[in-house]
Amino acid sequence: MNKTVNQKAWFFVIPVFVLVAFNAIIPLMTVVNYAFQETFGNNVFMWEGTRWFKQIMLSERFHASLGRQFLFTFIILFIQIPLGIAIALTMPKEGIGVPVCLVLMSMPLLIPWNVVGAMWNIFALPDIGFLGHSLNALGFDYNFTQQIGDAWFTTILMDVWHWTSLVVLLSYAGLRSIQPAYYQAAEIDGASRWAVFTKIELPKMKKVLTIAILLRFMDSFMIYTEPFVLTGGGPGNATAFLSIDLVKMALGQFDLGPAAAMSLIYFFIVLLVCWVFYTLMMRNEAKQ
Amino acid sequence: MAKVTLKGLSHSYLKTQSSDADWAIRGVDIDWNDGGAYALLGPSGCGKTTLLNIISGLITPTKGDILFDDKVISGLSPVERNIAQIFQFPVIYDTMTVYDNLAFPLRNRKIPEEEIKVKVHEIAEMLELSSTLNNRASGLTADGKQKISLGRGLVRSDVNAIMFDEPLTVIDPHLKWILRSKLKELHQKINRTMIYVTHDQTEALTFADQVVVMHEGQIVQTGTPVDLFEKPKHTFVGYFIGSPGMNVLPCQIKGNDVIVNGKKIETHQKIKKSNFIKTEVGVRPEFISFSNEGIPVKVLSVSNTGRHKIIDTESETGKIKIIAKSSEDIPSGTAFLKFKKEYTFTYGDSWIIE
Repeated sequence: MNKTVNQKAWFFVIPVFVLVAFNAIIPLMTVVNYAFQETFGNNVFMWEGTRWFKQIMLSERFHASLGRQFLFTFIILFIQIPLGIAIALTMPKEGIGVPVCLVLMSMPLLIPWNVVGAMWNIFALPDIGFLGHSLNALGFDYNFTQQIGDAWFTTILMDVWHWTSLVVLLSYAGLRSIQPAYYQAAEIDGASRWAVFTKIELPKMKKVLTIAILLRFMDSFMIYTEPFVLTGGGPGNATAFLSIDLVKMALGQFDLGPAAAMSLIYFFIVLLVCWVFYTLMMRNEAKQ
Repeated sequence: MAKVTLKGLSHSYLKTQSSDADWAIRGVDIDWNDGGAYALLGPSGCGKTTLLNIISGLITPTKGDILFDDKVISGLSPVERNIAQIFQFPVIYDTMTVYDNLAFPLRNRKIPEEEIKVKVHEIAEMLELSSTLNNRASGLTADGKQKISLGRGLVRSDVNAIMFDEPLTVIDPHLKWILRSKLKELHQKINRTMIYVTHDQTEALTFADQVVVMHEGQIVQTGTPVDLFEKPKHTFVGYFIGSPGMNVLPCQIKGNDVIVNGKKIETHQKIKKSNFIKTEVGVRPEFISFSNEGIPVKVLSVSNTGRHKIIDTESETGKIKIIAKSSEDIPSGTAFLKFKKEYTFTYGDSWIIE
């Protein structure tokens, strides 16, 4: 069958194109503009080529915040994914417990990010906060505003509290979709609980876990509001993750050129990691 | 390798039971001999899968006992009962190879690797899986996967019984034939008690030596395929088995006579007493012929299947189907029917009157 050629159809694409242009392409092009030029205001721009990119790539400060960012992301993935699966496994499969657990699990996900930051800030204050005060009363020398270790501990604890639920809900959905016959067959085959987990449950959860890891990677890699409200990136620069550092550079120091270059590098790192991860996970799928 | 006995078995999924309908299984008594091939036949929802899961130990029955070789095993787990079960949908372990899948039940029982190797190769040979042993199991087609499920059930040589829960549902029709004859062949080879659940009469009748027909949680008849066909003990067996099923017509019993549509007819049994609410006469379409006298009917339609003709007729109290030879001339308009006495039975409240 031959398709009719009708160029007028392009008119129908215009609304979408305009929308995407306004919410994505134009803002991104502004950033690209700043990344390659120098400006002193008054709409005067001077061409700088790749100077800002070189500067960022060689800057110790960028390396440090990138390192902190990767460390943070790996720690929270390492905690949240196993913990999420473990909680999902212990959740009830029927009865009144199911809705109760689901609602309880969703609660942290429904709280606005800056509220989470503020909550944990007050909760962890060493003198009046419940957590901070209790820890000190128990003999720990805890002060997240002064000590680097405590600041990291609090930030990670906050993120685990806020986001583990997402992994739990996804894993629970994956677990529930497994046919009862699999468990019955495993029982008859004499499989141990551990074998049921590794040979049936984990493989069947693979797809939802891929999504969970991707989402948690992207969100934690771009985290801003919660640590900003909790620690403000401190003490010193100890919890200044990439986005916090970026905002400091762009709005604090008004170094628009380097900040724009950093945004683009940041963006490409996220894209690259997601692409590599997704391709690796899906390559096995294609083989089968 | 065991005799399977069920004694007064009843099961309900509800906590309290008020009527018969609350029971998934009611008062089942069965004796299955060691090494036999049995089929549990019945429509969807008649309780056959429940019964199977009770035997394998996945469900604990509300009442009654299960015995293997005259030993009560009601409280034992599926592993302790040492049975194998194959499910409706193929269950395979996705991440393992075909070999590992077949070896899995043996490895869980800590059998030495060399022994496993021999056993797995033997089973793979039987099921024609040898060439795919090193492939990922998840890459196989539905029938390949179901063969793996079968293989995992057959690989253990010491199982007490092997149970099949409609294992050929997801298989293509032409492969069904192949797998079914394969099963029959396997049964002759390994000679273990096999229980096969199905709603497909052809499957049940070709696989089993003894067929158990279930209806609404009860066993209505146990017998060879020939018994079920020639002497159905319950009207349900009559129309569930056979194609088309048995004709069941309301009748009156007066003294020792059976009367259908005002005509006295001869049946297999001698009727002595009758205190039933509902009495019926059943006769298979194969055992009815046209005659000069008998039950008057109107011929409605004739369909020729090639091998034989199926004639739809209407009598005063209901439709009657007749199977006749392809070559036979069929009268049109009004005709008279004669029932073969030996294959005509009287039923009281759906059960055969003995």
